[in-house]
Amino acid sequence: MGFSKDQLLNRLQELEIDYTKYEHPPVLTVEAQAKYVSSSEGALSKNLFFKDKKHRYYIVSAMVDTKVDMKVLSQRLGLGKGGVRMAPEEALAQLLQVSLGCVTPFAVVNESARDVSLLLDQNFKNQKRCIFHPLSNEVSVSLNTSGLDKFLKSIERDPVYVDLEANPAVGKDQPPDLAVYVPSNSVVIPEITSETSTKQTPPPKSVSAEVKPVASAKPSKPASKGKSVVVENSTLLAFKNPEKFVEEIMDKTSALLLSEVAKGENVEALAETRRKLLTSELTHLAIMFKNTAYTEGFHAGKHSQPKRL
Amino acid sequence: MEVDKKDERESDSSEQVVNPWEVSAKDGGKIDYDKLIDKFGCQRLDESLIDRVQRLTSRQPHVFLRRGVFFAHRDFNEILDAYEKGDKFYLYTGRGPSSEALHLGHLIPFMFTKYLQEAFKVPLVIQLTDDEKCMWKNLSVEESQRLARENAKDIIACGFDVTKTFIFSDFDYVGGAFYKNMVKVSKCVTLNKAMGIFGFSGEDHIGKLSFPPVQAVPSFPSSFPHLFPGKDNLRCLIPCAIDQDPYFRMTRDVAPRLGYSKPALIESSFFPALQGENGKMSASDPNSAIYVTDTAKDIKNKINRYAFSGGQDSVEKHRELGANLEVDIPVKYLSFFLEDDSELEHIKKEYGEGRMLTGEVKKRLTEVLTEMVERHRRSRAAVTDEMVDAFMAVRPLPSMFE
Repeated sequence: MGFSKDQLLNRLQELEIDYTKYEHPPVLTVEAQAKYVSSSEGALSKNLFFKDKKHRYYIVSAMVDTKVDMKVLSQRLGLGKGGVRMAPEEALAQLLQVSLGCVTPFAVVNESARDVSLLLDQNFKNQKRCIFHPLSNEVSVSLNTSGLDKFLKSIERDPVYVDLEANPAVGKDQPPDLAVYVPSNSVVIPEITSETSTKQTPPPKSVSAEVKPVASAKPSKPASKGKSVVVENSTLLAFKNPEKFVEEIMDKTSALLLSEVAKGENVEALAETRRKLLTSELTHLAIMFKNTAYTEGFHAGKHSQPKRL
Repeated sequence: MEVDKKDERESDSSEQVVNPWEVSAKDGGKIDYDKLIDKFGCQRLDESLIDRVQRLTSRQPHVFLRRGVFFAHRDFNEILDAYEKGDKFYLYTGRGPSSEALHLGHLIPFMFTKYLQEAFKVPLVIQLTDDEKCMWKNLSVEESQRLARENAKDIIACGFDVTKTFIFSDFDYVGGAFYKNMVKVSKCVTLNKAMGIFGFSGEDHIGKLSFPPVQAVPSFPSSFPHLFPGKDNLRCLIPCAIDQDPYFRMTRDVAPRLGYSKPALIESSFFPALQGENGKMSASDPNSAIYVTDTAKDIKNKINRYAFSGGQDSVEKHRELGANLEVDIPVKYLSFFLEDDSELEHIKKEYGEGRMLTGEVKKRLTEVLTEMVERHRRSRAAVTDEMVDAFMAVRPLPSMFE
């Protein structure tokens, strides 16, 4: 289990970090939070949890007024213009171990979040105090950035402050300025069953119009077999997972059919060549599937224990 | 088993040189394959054999056969005769793991061997000559073993069936029945003969001298008692590049004396370097070849900048005279990798008569190669160390002929 709010607050006290605590009913949005914690106590934050195509995760914590353009951020991280997506709910639970509406810089205290990159709005530094959830959306704490920094350093994290509104050019001679903050490790999250995800019924924290919600409320796939299936790169999965394998075949075949229908004329001649190509591609896919299955069996054989008599 | 320039060797530039360690054409021109076939004493692979392959396998012959990439053989017709009667054979090919960077030229024998395995439904042994590279390239034992494993991953990514394929590295496997055959072969080849076939001299270390039997004995089924127990008469077919012929000339010479069948060979020509037809690609010059790790951008750049064009200097001249298909590299590459015969014919006609421009041909080639390299990369990503272990495990292959 992850760090609890109380454990976190105790830790802050141990580190002699000055903070003020506000308790309130659970809040999922900044607007709701603002009702209970006035801005005189500190600057409210909006917190985004997203991932890139290589399953690396990021928390961006910003002032509510700071405009965060995900496309720009994606480029500055060196991931291309559309390289990031909001992280799925499962990731929130598995990596940050917090509930919906509760993304916070403090979440990196969990061991499970060790590969999550944390980017903080440099505008926080101008504030007397800033407000974050201490791992629970029923509590808010306000503290100075120096306190946040002290905490981060205590868990061996270098606090990273970034001008989130900057939009520097990224090109051949101007490397992406935030690329250094891309985690070196990607994270695989075991697929969970549908029961776990339906627990999160309330709508996600809504923030200013430009920014997407924290976690998209998409339904998570049910576990396909009894054991947990690792969510990998979808092509690689096609070599391991029968459902993905068939999906890949269906995708390729229907693409072929569609392109044939589109071409119209001389369909038969076209069909022959394309059918051959498709056959060769699918056979290749099937061989890799077979090899993967054999390898798993080989591994099992090597590690199997003799029958107990 | 790779060929690279050997510095100490004096090559006579008035004669072409083709051996396992050097390939160079006469006076920097093109390799004369007819002369080579004559000199080596192997056979041309003619249409009738290709038709026979089509009949026996009930599928279209591989593009490399149709385009004459695999163009020479020894006893391939006998293999087909036996196959027709129901007598199977096994395949044997290999790689000298001298570098981590594999280019398309390296993949060619493996792509062809995979086709043979599928078409004829026969097993395959793949030898990784890490000992040879350790000796010739002066690599450490560990480094050559590491490269062998890395190369194995690219080989597996070509799509070999693990239930019919045994990959082994010399450092791991030499010993037992394999070594016994090595000694038997060694006894049949005098020092003088070895020096004559391979060009060894008194300056070469004895490791090199004793290597040829290592590459010879996988041709004999008794070298693999876990695979072919009791099948001493099983024939062997070796797909390889023609520069490997000397090893197997020696093997075929020795085989009858040991009471073994002679291995059959099916040989390919060299894949030309991007810059043109003098010899073959070199792993040490990154711009002479397309590597399996090249990105789509790299491929596009290399083809556009370095692929030697047979097109004319100006568009007007080109439209008038057409392209010189003999020296044009993009068309040559397409003849290796473009599956569709009629499309290739069309390109050759239009380009050769000046109606199609070099840019268009290069664009099509870039498409074809990018798709190939992409596919290879995807498969390569799925090859784990465990999978390599599985392919290299000394285990029986019960369904090898299915």
